Amino acid sequence: MKQSITLGKVTNFVGLGFLSTLKDLFTGKLEREDLKNVLRKTVVPLASMLLFIGLWHLGAKSLYNIEAEFKIEKALTDQGPEAADALRSCIASGDSSCQPNTLPSPSQVWDSYKSLLRDHNIIKADKAAFIEKTAVLNEKRLAEGKDAITYTGRPSFVDQIFRSLKTVFAGFLLALFIAVPLGIFIGLSPTLKSAFNWFIQIFKPVSPVVWYLLVFMIVKTLLIDSSEDSSFTISFISVGFCSMWATLVNTAMGVATVDKDYINVAKVLKLGPFQKIFKVVLPSSLPLIFTGLKITLSVAWMVLIAIELLAQSPGLGLFVWEEFQNGANDSNAKIIVAMFVIGIIGFLLDRIMLTIQNWVSFDKTEGI
Amino acid sequence: MAYLELNNIYKTYGKGENEPEVLSNINLSIEEGEFVAIVGFTGSGKTTLVNLINGLITPTKGEVLFKGEPVMGTSHERGVIFQNYSLLPWLTVGQNVYMAVKEAFPKKSKAELHAIVADYVEMVSLTPAINKRPKELSGGMRQRVSVARALAMKPEMIIMDEPLGALDALTRGNLQDEILNIWGKDKRTALLITNDVDEGIYMADRIIPLRPGPNATLGPEFKIDIERPRDKTEMNDNPNFKKTRNAIIEYLMDIGNERKTEAKEAIVLPDLSPKDFVNQF
Repeated sequence: MKQSITLGKVTNFVGLGFLSTLKDLFTGKLEREDLKNVLRKTVVPLASMLLFIGLWHLGAKSLYNIEAEFKIEKALTDQGPEAADALRSCIASGDSSCQPNTLPSPSQVWDSYKSLLRDHNIIKADKAAFIEKTAVLNEKRLAEGKDAITYTGRPSFVDQIFRSLKTVFAGFLLALFIAVPLGIFIGLSPTLKSAFNWFIQIFKPVSPVVWYLLVFMIVKTLLIDSSEDSSFTISFISVGFCSMWATLVNTAMGVATVDKDYINVAKVLKLGPFQKIFKVVLPSSLPLIFTGLKITLSVAWMVLIAIELLAQSPGLGLFVWEEFQNGANDSNAKIIVAMFVIGIIGFLLDRIMLTIQNWVSFDKTEGI
Repeated sequence: MAYLELNNIYKTYGKGENEPEVLSNINLSIEEGEFVAIVGFTGSGKTTLVNLINGLITPTKGEVLFKGEPVMGTSHERGVIFQNYSLLPWLTVGQNVYMAVKEAFPKKSKAELHAIVADYVEMVSLTPAINKRPKELSGGMRQRVSVARALAMKPEMIIMDEPLGALDALTRGNLQDEILNIWGKDKRTALLITNDVDEGIYMADRIIPLRPGPNATLGPEFKIDIERPRDKTEMNDNPNFKKTRNAIIEYLMDIGNERKTEAKEAIVLPDLSPKDFVNQF
């Protein structure tokens, strides 16, 4: 018999169970008692979001006032009352040249978000036009054995997001390929465990910045002959090294603590070492390995921003840093947009990993 | 020579002066084709005894001989049915059995192996569930998979460690019959560990009580002279059955009482109370 897959099952599985209750609300399938539950799961978060935005708005306004007062006061003492009056009217008129530089309000952030999207569309169109224009020329150049001309214009905000995702996935894969096999070996052999333990304990708490510098020292020398930009390489390796520890420790622990019943089964069936590892030890430690990978991915995403910033590798981190250095009128708002984008993407990545984790998990008592 | 022989087995865990002696002076011999049951209280060292015989652990003193050879580690010749089914939850019923069969017959082709799996799954009447995972099965079904897995390796001896302990009475009765049926087909040697005297009498040729540990040792054996195939309802009126049952239960009760009186004498509680007991609350 095939199991039917319903919306409820899917949404519960990915941890977005409130979506199905919301559906029940609209289709009128809800009992009175459930109503309370629905309210708690939908209305309460919405209300707290509105409250958050409201507080943010008020806070930003008061910060704005403090900054404006300070500026006017300064103009008054430095340049006299006329300059102060001019500044006051300038600020009141909303002219961008004299706005106080402080925490942007929610509406400013929303405007910046829209302007970033507009900017992206312009760049996209520009890029498409460029590719169209150079298509014929590029064919000719390729036929002559020359490199094709590529678009070298400024990347848009959306491009930066994808660059960041690319870096994080490269780093995540690196962590996966180092930490999982190493963790398995460490978990299987107490000798290797004591050989590596000091190493793990010392390097685990090292900060992303130091990892970046360390990787930079090594990669810079290794790629000394290469003329290519090594910032991407350096940043994804740093991300990988920063984030791999959770997976390493979890894998080692999972492999070392396989249920004794399963080990007995492997012994009684006389499984060979490979069979034992791949048929018994690994499947039974998969839930813990995936818990580690989930932590690794969220750590990778978190340290990415700092590392991109240091490595000058294109992406959200660099975007934030450049906006901060830029100091334009809407820079602060753009930084806040980036902050939300980073948070939301981090949340989605976490959800994806949680789904996979649920997929591979089993109840310990299932076979017993 | 006996098929399986345990000579002066001692087993202790841990180290030092107060290492607990779980089993002491165990002597047992089982003939080929015999069905022996060992009955004992929970915690009396039954599982330790079973693990010694199947080769998961080694005795501290003494030797376990299987067909005249000392037991060194596990072997496909001795199939084990565990107390807690011990199925791998990430494999289906068929895959669980297949894994065992593949190890037992490495030279057979895939098709042959799958045929063996199908046979044994059919034998425990789980063919409709062959592609299900253990979590979708009831306790009785899981234990049947475990039986199929042990038997599919065609062991010469079957060791069962309280196989039906976790099941309800009805399922238990059915599975007892199924195991007896399967055993009756080719009369392999079988050792059943159980805490249920009736189960032992119904299934075995011989019952040996295990005096509870620490220092668990085997008591006098009881032969069951009831013709096979046995019938549960008829058996209740069989004078032989009543006599044996009463004798075994009496013996076990006596040990239990002995143990209680011993315990009473042994423990003298010191007159102590925790320091600052009052202040903590």
